[in-house]
Amino acid sequence: MNRYSIFSLVRNALTYHERWQAVWRSPQPKREYDVIIIGGGGHGLATAYYLAKEHGVRNIAVLERSWLGGGNTGRNTTIVRSNYLWDASAHLYEKSMKLWEGLSQELNYNVMFSQRGVMNLGHSLQEMRDITRRVNANRLNGIDGEIIDVARVKALEPLLDTSSNARYPILGASWQPRGGTARHDAVAWGYARAADARGVDIIQQCEVTGIRRDGGHVTGVDTTRGFIAARKVAIVAAGHSSVVAGMAEVRLPIESHPLQALVSEPLKPCLNTVVMSNAVHGYISQSDRGDLVIGAGIDGYVGYGQRGSYHIIEGTMAAIVALFPSFSRVRMNRQWAGIVDVCPDASPIVGKTPIGGLYINGGWGTGGFKATPGSGWVFAHTIANDYPHELNAPFSLDRFVSGCLIDEHGAAAVSH
Amino acid sequence: MLLIDCPWCGPRAETEFSCGGEAHIARPADPESVSDAQWADYLFHRNNHKGAHREQWVHTYGCRRWFNAERDTITYKIKRTYRLDETR
Repeated sequence: MNRYSIFSLVRNALTYHERWQAVWRSPQPKREYDVIIIGGGGHGLATAYYLAKEHGVRNIAVLERSWLGGGNTGRNTTIVRSNYLWDASAHLYEKSMKLWEGLSQELNYNVMFSQRGVMNLGHSLQEMRDITRRVNANRLNGIDGEIIDVARVKALEPLLDTSSNARYPILGASWQPRGGTARHDAVAWGYARAADARGVDIIQQCEVTGIRRDGGHVTGVDTTRGFIAARKVAIVAAGHSSVVAGMAEVRLPIESHPLQALVSEPLKPCLNTVVMSNAVHGYISQSDRGDLVIGAGIDGYVGYGQRGSYHIIEGTMAAIVALFPSFSRVRMNRQWAGIVDVCPDASPIVGKTPIGGLYINGGWGTGGFKATPGSGWVFAHTIANDYPHELNAPFSLDRFVSGCLIDEHGAAAVSH
Repeated sequence: MLLIDCPWCGPRAETEFSCGGEAHIARPADPESVSDAQWADYLFHRNNHKGAHREQWVHTYGCRRWFNAERDTITYKIKRTYRLDETR
């Protein structure tokens, strides 16, 4: 792998940028791997990277049925934060945040991580109490967080309607200065490039059609490009978690819903931070290109169609215009949906399954992007050792039997 | 937006309805006698089918009555709706 630097940029400029090396290889699948990862999104690629880097696993394949990062990795609103309520979630998301802070250097790939701060608005007395509780919990877990008043909110985001005449007046907010955004495609590409450099085979256009087992242990996967053997198979299929796990007759407590987002025409810089509001339900930031990136809510029914309903967008736009009256004449450019795998407690499942050698990392629902590095890191540990790391032990599949749920509906921010 | 055929009110816009999730999940008749795994299966585990899916809907801003629908989760096309006392 050629390292990227100012010198490589200059060198390639002299040859009119015609000699850049391919960012990753496109190998033919081998007959057997030590570990097969189903799903070439951010989480799957990060898992492959940390398996190779931290655990010395050499013979890994990532199978992607479409193209890298073409699912939820390329469809989210790129928000990164770690202000979750419960200890288990706080530690997991904060591990991720710490990895984000050095990720561009680690991968030698600019993921454009921008710690511009994340604001969660409070519109009622009860919301301010919840915010206070969550910020205090965050601080006890060593995560940065502040409760800020309306004057500070206005100073940070002058375009917000902070008047008391608003339909849902803003009373204050929680503020995580280390939160922000990252370039989602770059995360997938950066992990893919770094994993490829360590010998991981990334195989696109290769859909898994079956998971073979023998005596309660995985033996390999059937794909559209033939059978591939492996003693360890990891499902990182996001919205299709239930479908892929169903190939091994594993039932999951997951429902897949369309979640929409949209971007506006590019504007001059007008938003400094990431603004989220649970009460009116909207969240918004401005990309480096200048377009407003807006997240909507999920459709109420199970859907795999990667498109959402217009009335959901209508509700979201009403919320955004209520928060930012000056955006009322901004035109929207594009709208899309991803299929999010929602767990009953709004927390993910990262760990083992009842089948030997079969692992699952899913159920991230509406907020998996921020967890990409940490998720891959703990999942790699789980696969390499056949035992979860203490950070993801609480996120086991059997918590739905034991009843030890991790209710993060309040911090998950997207209503569902 | 879906056009949903309420068995009592006829075709109405989706915004009048709320989806109540997978249909035909029977509560164990004797909860005391089932294992934790069976209870978890009843409470949390879902088919989450890709394709034909039977689910519950309620006409929230209409007659407020529940009914079932058979809908495709890829095309979203509703094949039929039926009352709770009708067979699947």
